[in-house]
Amino acid sequence: MKHFIINRVLSGILVIFGISVFSFLLIHFIPGDPVKIMLGINASPEQVEKLNHHLGLDKPLLVQYWQYITNAFQGDFGTSLKTGRPVLIEILDRFPETVKLAIFGLFVAVVIGVSLGIVAAKFKDSFIDKMCTAFATLGISIPSFWLGILLVLVFSVKLAWFPIANGTGFRDLILPAFTLGVVASTMIMRLTRNGMVEVLSNDYIRTARAKGLDDGLILFRHALRNVLIPVVTVIGLQLAALLGGTVIIEQVFNWPGLGTLAIGAIMSRDFPLIQGIVLFMGVMYVTINILVDVLYSIIDPRVEMGTKEA
Amino acid sequence: MSNLLVVNGLTTQFESKNGPLTVVDGVDFTLKKGEVLGLVGESGCGKSVTSLSILQLLDKYGKISSGEVLYENTNLVNKTEKEMKKIRGKEISMIFQDPMNSLNPVLTIGKQIGEVIEKHEKVKGAKLKQKVVDLLNLGGIPRADEIFHEYPHRLSGGMKQRVMIAMAIACNPTMLIADEPTTALDVTIQAQILDLLRSLKDELDMSILLITHDLGVVAEMCDRVVVMYAGQVVETTDTRTLLRNPRHPYTEGLIQATPHQSKGKSRLKSIVGQVPTPDQYSPGCRFADRCPKAMDICQSNVPPLFEIDGQTSCRCWLYEMKEEVI
Repeated sequence: MKHFIINRVLSGILVIFGISVFSFLLIHFIPGDPVKIMLGINASPEQVEKLNHHLGLDKPLLVQYWQYITNAFQGDFGTSLKTGRPVLIEILDRFPETVKLAIFGLFVAVVIGVSLGIVAAKFKDSFIDKMCTAFATLGISIPSFWLGILLVLVFSVKLAWFPIANGTGFRDLILPAFTLGVVASTMIMRLTRNGMVEVLSNDYIRTARAKGLDDGLILFRHALRNVLIPVVTVIGLQLAALLGGTVIIEQVFNWPGLGTLAIGAIMSRDFPLIQGIVLFMGVMYVTINILVDVLYSIIDPRVEMGTKEA
Repeated sequence: MSNLLVVNGLTTQFESKNGPLTVVDGVDFTLKKGEVLGLVGESGCGKSVTSLSILQLLDKYGKISSGEVLYENTNLVNKTEKEMKKIRGKEISMIFQDPMNSLNPVLTIGKQIGEVIEKHEKVKGAKLKQKVVDLLNLGGIPRADEIFHEYPHRLSGGMKQRVMIAMAIACNPTMLIADEPTTALDVTIQAQILDLLRSLKDELDMSILLITHDLGVVAEMCDRVVVMYAGQVVETTDTRTLLRNPRHPYTEGLIQATPHQSKGKSRLKSIVGQVPTPDQYSPGCRFADRCPKAMDICQSNVPPLFEIDGQTSCRCWLYEMKEEVI
C-alpha cells in the first residue's frame, strides 16, 4: 500500500512539473507582446519596459522559469496586476466558495446518480429504466447555463423560493449546486446503471443468491462495491473539475468562486493571476486523482496488486 | 432409503423473441437420502437449468412452467421467494462450475462464508469467526486464520473451490447441488475436490446432486445416474449398470466417447452432430438425427420412458415391446 501511494505521488509530481512548465510558458504563447496587450495600445515604451522588468520577462527563459518555480515553492505566485494583491491570496480567498459549491453539487450528483442508476438497473428494460435513460439523455443534452437560468427564472423570479444570485449563504447555494448536480449526475447514473447490470449478471451474484441472502444485501454489499470502481473515477474527475471552478455556473449565479476569478483575470489580461489559477487547477486535478487511486485500492483489493483480473 | 428430493415433470421455459423455449422438458428424478445422484449430459442439454430450477435461481427470463419439486414432501415450486431464501444455503446449497468467478472479488473469504451463517443461524462476532475458521479447516484449507482475511484473487482455483464448498456446507445443508464442481480445475486438483466432497458427504450426512458431463466423475462418485439429452431424461439407472450395460444409444455414445486408461489403442468414437437447441427439436425422438440405431418410428413419435427393470428406465423405442410403459 505504501509503495503504491509513493508511486502515485511521484508520478503526480511529474505531472505537476509539466503543468508548471505549461502555465509558465502561457505568457510566452500569447501572440504579440503580452506586456503590450496587458497595458493596452496607448502604453508608453517606458511603461512596457518597466512591466517587462517587473515580470522578469527581460531575462533568459530558463532563468525566468527557475525564478518562477523557486518563488512558487515559497508560495509566491506573483501579484495580480489588477488588484496588486498576491496571486495566492486572491486564489485562496475564492477557493472556499468554490469548495462549498463543488462539494454540495457533487453530493447532489452522487445521490441522484447512484440511486437512479441502481433503480434503473434493478428494473432493467422497464418503464422506470426508460425514464431514467430519458432523464440522463436530457441531462447530457441540456447546457448547464440554460438549466441554471431556467431554475433561477422558475424558483427565484416566479416562485421567489430562493434569492437571486447575490450572496453565498446556504439558500444561495441550493440552486447553483442543484444545477451542477443534475448535470453531473447523468454521467454517474449511466455508469452506475450499466455497471450494475453487468455486475448483477456475474457468477458471484448467483452465488450470493444461492446463499439465501436478502436482495438488499446482494445489491449493496455484493454488487454496488464492484460497480463503484468506474463510478469513483468519474466522481473524482467531476470533483476535480468542480473544484477548478465551474466557470459558467459561477458566472450565471454570480458565485464568487475560482471560476469567476478566472474569467475576471482573462478579461483584464491579468497574466500572473491566470498562470496561478491554471497551476492551482492542475494541482487540484492531480491531487484528486491520487486520492481516487488510493480509494480504488480500498474498494477493490485487486488494484493494489497491479494484477487486476478481467 | 427414503426420498429427499422428488422432481416430477419439471418443465422450465425461457422467454425469447420467437416465443417461449422449453429448455427443461418434463424432467423426473428422485434423490434419496444419503445418495449421490449424477445428472449427466452434454453441454446445453439442460442440466444446469434443472439444478437452478430446483432452487429457483433462474434469471428473470426463465420460469418453471409446470411440474413439481418435492423437497421433504413439500413442493418448492409453490414457495414464495421469501420462503425460498430460507431454504437456499440452509437446507439446499449449491456450488458452481467456475470457482474463479463464483466468489465476490471485493469481499474477504471470511466475510463471504460468515454472511451465510449470519443469515441463517444469527451467529455473530468471535463465535462467527471461529465457526468460519473451523469450516475452512473442514474444507481442507491450510492457514485458515490467514485465509479468513484474504481476498479471493490471492487463492488458486482449487482453493477457491474449497472455499465455495466450505461456504456451501456452512449451515449443515441436507442437500448439496454441485454443478460441474471440478470442470474448471486441473486433474490432480479434481481428484482432491471429489475426495473432499465424498468425505464431507459422509461426515455431514448430506445428499448430493452432482451435475457433470464427465463419466469418470460419475464412476468415482455417484450411486445412481440420470442421463439428460435435449432437456429430457433419457435414461435413469444405477452407476454400475450405466457403465457396464448402457441402454440408450446416447448413453452408449457418451461412454464410447470417454477416454479410458486401459484402452489406449482403440480410437475414441464421437457422437456425430450436436445437441439440438430448443427451437430445433424434432417431433420424434430428439436424439434420432444422431442415433446410429434410429428407426422410422423415432422420426415421428416421441418415445416415453420405458421401465426396463426396477432400477432402469430408458427413453428409447428399442425397448418398446420388451417392457411396460411407466
